[in-house]
Amino acid sequence: MSEINKRTGTFAVKAGLAEMLKGGVIMDVVDPAQAKIAEEAGAVAVMALERVPSDIRAQGGVARMSDPEMIIGIQQAVTIPVMAKARIGHIVEARVLEALEIDFIDESEVLTPADEAYHILKSDFAVPFVCGARNLGEALRRIGEGAAMIRTKGEAGTGDIVEAVRHIRRVNEDIQRVVSASPMELMTIAKELGAPYELILQVKELGRLPVVNFAAGGIATPADAALMMELGCDGVFVGSGIFKSDNPAKRAKAIVEAVAHYKDAKLIAEVSKGLGEAMRGQSVARMEEKDKIADRGW
Amino acid sequence: MKIGILALQGAVREHRNLLRRLRVETVDVLNPDDLTGIDGLILPGGESTTVGKLLVRYNLLEPIAESGRRGLPIFGVCTGLILLSKHINNSEQHRLGLMDTWVVRNAFGRQPASFEADMVIPAIDSKPFHAVFIRAPYIEKVGDSVKILLTYQEKILFAEQGNILAAAFHPELTDDTRIHEYFLRKIRNSLS
Repeated sequence: MSEINKRTGTFAVKAGLAEMLKGGVIMDVVDPAQAKIAEEAGAVAVMALERVPSDIRAQGGVARMSDPEMIIGIQQAVTIPVMAKARIGHIVEARVLEALEIDFIDESEVLTPADEAYHILKSDFAVPFVCGARNLGEALRRIGEGAAMIRTKGEAGTGDIVEAVRHIRRVNEDIQRVVSASPMELMTIAKELGAPYELILQVKELGRLPVVNFAAGGIATPADAALMMELGCDGVFVGSGIFKSDNPAKRAKAIVEAVAHYKDAKLIAEVSKGLGEAMRGQSVARMEEKDKIADRGW
Repeated sequence: MKIGILALQGAVREHRNLLRRLRVETVDVLNPDDLTGIDGLILPGGESTTVGKLLVRYNLLEPIAESGRRGLPIFGVCTGLILLSKHINNSEQHRLGLMDTWVVRNAFGRQPASFEADMVIPAIDSKPFHAVFIRAPYIEKVGDSVKILLTYQEKILFAEQGNILAAAFHPELTDDTRIHEYFLRKIRNSLS
């Protein structure tokens, strides 16, 4: 048969993987055993990292890309996609992860930023990237740099959903503003949001972000996960919420089911029974500004 | 005509949009009751281990398999192709087992090996189809009753067996409706 023009690492292929993850749960794991529990529970992907966000918070210090040996161990343990985090602006950490054939890189504010001015030019890479955002302008700047997937930043490692809700509501409001604006207003909106004009035009046409948008940062219960789906997210990242709880396997499975059936409150009630204690967490409203990590990135 | 789309996880929206453009009514399938009254079923791309587990948990695996055995036209894409297969290399995962096919998962490699290419599919027509492969599986061999519709470097990427159709690539990620129209023709033939 004839085949022409074969290409890898294109935006279509990168954004395509994100499309396949929709309606799913991506779980933070720190070793192959946790990765297997996540896969068994029905996770669509795992995020390999050395410390979950709540430990990064508690222990302090500089948070960096994970040890490649640990990432490879997780890649060998599961067949679902494996993601890993690089520091904001750390081109070489991203290149290392690409060399490891990681399926997705999270250029993440959860790690200590390496560059205070610039994010990675993600269109230079064959591997897809996901980035955090608090509003439409930030989301479109990341997409402009080549991100194939967006997630809310939330406030990672707190177990408090309030920031993730704030971020998705803000993105939705910004999108509504673009959709209802007349064409002559769009350049001014692009200026105000600090977003590329061409991407504002795409949002206007599609009525949503041009790439998949997941929830992240503070999800601790099946109801939290379903809430983020109800607010229009395409899927959910759960970080500390699973493996910092009493019964990770059961909670992981319950969150997967709550996301797949997020409109079915009876089912969410059923899967929420007897999960043991959720991660204890901390209220974002009582945190000092310097302890918040969602402000990292620009 | 009404087509069900398995909506447990994955690229559901894209199939819905494409079928709407073809003016076909769709229904999301989340529970066994949703299978009532549909003329065809699409199993979209997603994560096959996740979808397989959810099929079992919500008692959908056997009802879908039974509908398929009774002749309901089913089109599986990527994950769907894996779920339809009787044999999955190195895996005990849940499956419908409706096709005499031997499937290899993530067969081209991890995400860096995902690709797009233009391929001619004679069963559709002579104009190349832009095929997108995401961590794609392929079929390495088939039983006698399976008709091969597309092969690339000895890998089978598109095939049918009676009422069952399976693709390793994602027609729903393009604007090209020809593969879906092919599936609709299968449904119309089964109804007449």
